[in-house]
Amino acid sequence: MKLKTALFAIAFTGLAMGAVTAADEPQMVRQEMMKKVGGAMGALAGIAKGEKPYDAAVVTASLTTMSETAKAFPDQFPAGSETGMDTEASPKIWENMEDFKAKALKLGADADAVLAAMPADQAAVGAALGTIGPNCGGCHEVYRLKK
Amino acid sequence: MGQRLRKLVSSLVVFGVVAAAAGWFLTKPEPWPASHWEGLGEADIANGALVFSAGGCVSCHAVPGAEGDAKLVLAGGLPLKSPFGTFHVPNISPDETAGIGGWTLAEFGDAMTRGVGKQGEHLYPSFPYGSYARLTAKDVNDLFGYIKTLPKSANVAPSHDLPFPFNIRLSLGGWKLLFFTDKPRVTVDTSDPKIARGQYLVEGPGHCGECHTPRNALGGFESGMWLAGAPNPEGEGRIPNITPGSKSIGAWSAGEIASYLETGFTPEFDSVGGSMVEVQKNMAKLPAADREAIAAYLKAIPAL
Ligand code: HEC
Ligand code: HEC
Ligand code: HEC
Repeated sequence: MKLKTALFAIAFTGLAMGAVTAADEPQMVRQEMMKKVGGAMGALAGIAKGEKPYDAAVVTASLTTMSETAKAFPDQFPAGSETGMDTEASPKIWENMEDFKAKALKLGADADAVLAAMPADQAAVGAALGTIGPNCGGCHEVYRLKK
Repeated sequence: MGQRLRKLVSSLVVFGVVAAAAGWFLTKPEPWPASHWEGLGEADIANGALVFSAGGCVSCHAVPGAEGDAKLVLAGGLPLKSPFGTFHVPNISPDETAGIGGWTLAEFGDAMTRGVGKQGEHLYPSFPYGSYARLTAKDVNDLFGYIKTLPKSANVAPSHDLPFPFNIRLSLGGWKLLFFTDKPRVTVDTSDPKIARGQYLVEGPGHCGECHTPRNALGGFESGMWLAGAPNPEGEGRIPNITPGSKSIGAWSAGEIASYLETGFTPEFDSVGGSMVEVQKNMAKLPAADREAIAAYLKAIPAL
C-alpha cells in the first residue's frame, strides 16, 4: 500500500513536472521577462511618440514592471542554462556575471529614478526613454547573441 | 646535372618568372589615375562628417573601449580576429608620422577606393575598401577634410599577426582579381532616386554586406546571397538576413526599418544588440531621408 502511494506520488509529480518544465526553465523565464520589459518599453514609446494619449497609470505600471523585472532578471542565469530553448544569452554572461548583474541593476535603478520624478506629460516620457533606452542596447551589445 | 635536366630546370625557371610577371601584371595594385582626385576643391566638412558616420570608421579605428568624444581619436590598435589571422587596425588620425596627416588626397582616396596603401602596396580587405570602392570622389574629399579636423595621436599599432601565406601582401592581388569590384551588388530600380541613394549608402559607405553577406573559403562574398545573413565572425551567433525574405525584418514596413536604424528598437520593442549597436548609433546621425533610402533599398533587393 505504502509502496503504491509512493509510486503514485512519483508518477504524479513526474507528470506534473513534465507539464510545467518548459515554462519553468530559466531560459524560458528570462525570455518572458525580457518580453515584458519590451512590452513596457513599447507602452512608453507609444506615449512618447504621441500614438497613445498620456496616461499616468500606464506610465507607472510600465516603469514598475521594468524596475522589478530588471532586478530579478540576473537570477535566471544559473549554471546549466547556458544553452537550449532558443536562448540568445551570450556565453560572456557567465564569464562576467558581476558586470552583467550591474547592467541589469542599472536598468532597475534608472527606472526607479524616473518613477520617483514621475514624468507628467508626453515630452517628459520622451526624455525618460532617453535615460532608459541606452541600457537596452548597452547590455544586448555584449551579452545577447542573435541566433 | 645532366643536360636535359638542366634544360628542364631552366625552362621551369623561365616559366616561373614569366608566370610571376604575368601574375604581377594581372594583380598589381591599381590606383586611380591622378586626375580622378584633382579639381575637387574645398572639402565640405559637414558632409565629410556624415560620410564618416555612414562609413563607421570609429567602429574599427577608435581606441578599443573609447566612449564619447574619445572615439574621435582614430589611434587604432583594435585586434580584428579573422579566419586568416589577427589584424591590428592602424592609426588614421591626422598625426603626420603615426597617422595619415602626411598623406595626399590621392593616397587617401586610393587606399579607400582601390585598397592601395601609401607605399603602393595592396591593403587587406579586413579594411572594407571592397565596399568603400563605391564612394564618389567628392565624398572621399569631404571625408578626408573631416578626418583632418580630428585630434592627432602618436600611437603606433602593432603589426598584423598573420601566418604564411596571408602575411604576403602580394598574394592579395589574386584576391582582388577574384573578388574586388565597384559594380552594383544587385540590380534594383535606380530610376527611383530614393532606392539609388539607398544602394549607394548600403553597398558603399555603410558596408552592410561585409557583415550581412556570407563568404566563401577565400573570404569573397558568396554569389547570389547578398545580405542573406552569415555566421558571426566573432564566433557564436548569426548575423541576420536583412533581405525581404528574412523571417524577422521581412515583415517590417520600410518605416519600421528606418525607425530601427534611428532608435535601435524593433517593432516588438526588442533592442538592437551585438556589433549592430555601433552601426545603429552611426545611422542615427544621418539625415532621416538617408535612413528612409536605406529602408527602401532593403525592401527592393531580392528576397532570400
Ligand atoms: C571593419 C574594420 C574597419 C573599418 C570599418 C574601417 N577600417 Fe580602415 N582599416 C582597417 C584595417 C584592418 C586596416 C589595415 C589594412 C592593411 O594593413 O592592409 C585599415 C586601413 C586603413 C587605411 C590605410 C592606413 C595605412 O596606414 O595604410 C586608411 C586610410 C583607412 N583604413 C581609413 C578608414 C576610413 C576613413 C574608414 C571609414 C570610412 C575606415 N578606415 C573604416 C579596418 C577598418
Ligand atoms: C559590424 C557588422 C555589421 C554591419 C557593418 C552591419 N550590421 Fe546590421 N546587424 C549586425 C548584427 C550582429 C545584427 C544583429 C543585432 C542584434 O543582435 O540585435 C544586425 C542586425 C541588423 C538589422 C535587424 C535584423 C533583425 O532581424 O533584427 C538590420 C535591419 C540591419 N542589421 C541593417 C543593417 C544595415 C542597413 C547596415 C549598413 C548600414 C548594417 N546592418 C551593417 C551586424 C552588422
Ligand atoms: C542586463 C542585460 C540586459 C538589459 C539591461 C536588457 N536586456 Fe533584453 N535581453 C538580455 C538578454 C541576455 C536576452 C536574451 C535572453 C535569452 O534568450 O535567454 C535579452 C532578450 C531581449 C528580448 C527578446 C525576448 C525574447 O526571447 O523574445 C527583448 C524583447 C528584450 N531583450 C528587450 C529589452 C529592452 C526593451 C530592454 C531595455 C528596456 C532590455 N531588453 C534590456 C539582456 C538585457
